Amino acid sequence: MLKKLYDWIDERLEVTPMWRDIADHEVPEHVNPAHHFSAFVYCFGGLTFFIILIQFLSGMFLTLYYVPDIENAWKSVYYLQNEVAFGKIVRAMHHWGASLALVMMFLHMLRVYFQGAYKKPRELNWIIGVLLFIIMLAFGFTGYLLPWDMKAVMATKVGLQIAEQSPLIGGVLKTLLSGDPTIIGALTLTRFFAIHVFFLPAALIGLLVLHFYMIRKQGISGPL
Amino acid sequence: MPDNDNKVTRRQFLNYTLMGVGGFMAAGMLTPMIRAAIDPVLKVKEDSGFIPVGDIKDLTNEPKRFDFKVTVQDAWHKSEETNTAWIYKDNDKIIAHSPQCKHLGCVVNWAGDPNKPNQYFCPCHNGYYEKDGTNVPNTPPIAPLDRFEVDVKDGTIYLGKIIPVA
Ligand code: FES
Repeated sequence: MLKKLYDWIDERLEVTPMWRDIADHEVPEHVNPAHHFSAFVYCFGGLTFFIILIQFLSGMFLTLYYVPDIENAWKSVYYLQNEVAFGKIVRAMHHWGASLALVMMFLHMLRVYFQGAYKKPRELNWIIGVLLFIIMLAFGFTGYLLPWDMKAVMATKVGLQIAEQSPLIGGVLKTLLSGDPTIIGALTLTRFFAIHVFFLPAALIGLLVLHFYMIRKQGISGPL
Repeated sequence: MPDNDNKVTRRQFLNYTLMGVGGFMAAGMLTPMIRAAIDPVLKVKEDSGFIPVGDIKDLTNEPKRFDFKVTVQDAWHKSEETNTAWIYKDNDKIIAHSPQCKHLGCVVNWAGDPNKPNQYFCPCHNGYYEKDGTNVPNTPPIAPLDRFEVDVKDGTIYLGKIIPVA
């Protein structure tokens, strides 16, 4: 039944060559943990991506209950946490996944760094990787404020003061982020929400596409 | 075991194993999210109990309008809303109608149409109901008016939840 449906679509759109091109390619021996167990270090990039997928999904579901408003943000999180069945778990997935994604990304970066995999011809992909790193940190920073509890607000206060220390543009940068020169409040929350939920994901997807395209184009770097 | 054609090949075995493990992981991820998303459908809403709306002495056998306040708990938002009931005495029974029109939900009024002083009138599409709530045939409403659960204690009328007349 499913096979028939697939064949019907395939006959018209030739999807098989497409997914073959994406998914069906050989894993070089030095990357395959079945040959050398130490090859597990090559998993971290994929794991980062996997966790990012979970973050996308759980984040989408969280917005069913969250409101980015100083009066209601905390209350809506509290409601999600205590009144919605499994809401606790969905939020926990997003919460722990956030930290785990950073850990995995960091391990991935260490591998690339210590294997020298960033060298010619892969310098551009390293640069994209650094941009991805910054975006992931921005995700963490903006997401931290959203529950709007004391810890979140205080941490954001500190973060914004760090931004303020930047030379020349510090003051402007801070106002740009917090939406007000002196207050961390309504505008800060809506801004952080918009950045966290629309701007950063868009940038992340674009850069990930580039990141993966370059891997396919250039292949995995050779054995040490 | 008969040879070859019934054997599971190594490729098949790996395929099944991977699909099984993958499916298990996907299910583990998606179950909490979907359960949380469909929570509003599965949640049992506790009703707000009986609310005092007025004195039994004020009742006649002509429907009278009673306004009363109900607290509405809307997720994390609590508010007070004004509700209305049309109440009258039918011998020793007390009937309390909800003013929600059974056509499309406008608000009906007793004797709202001066030409029909003994019927409920819905101005939206000219719907009519008899005094006992029965919808007048050939007007838009398709069912009789809903009734409140009624309780009387120490001369005070209490209204409970709204129940459709079967
Ligand atoms: S809503 Fe009352 S008649 Fe249509």
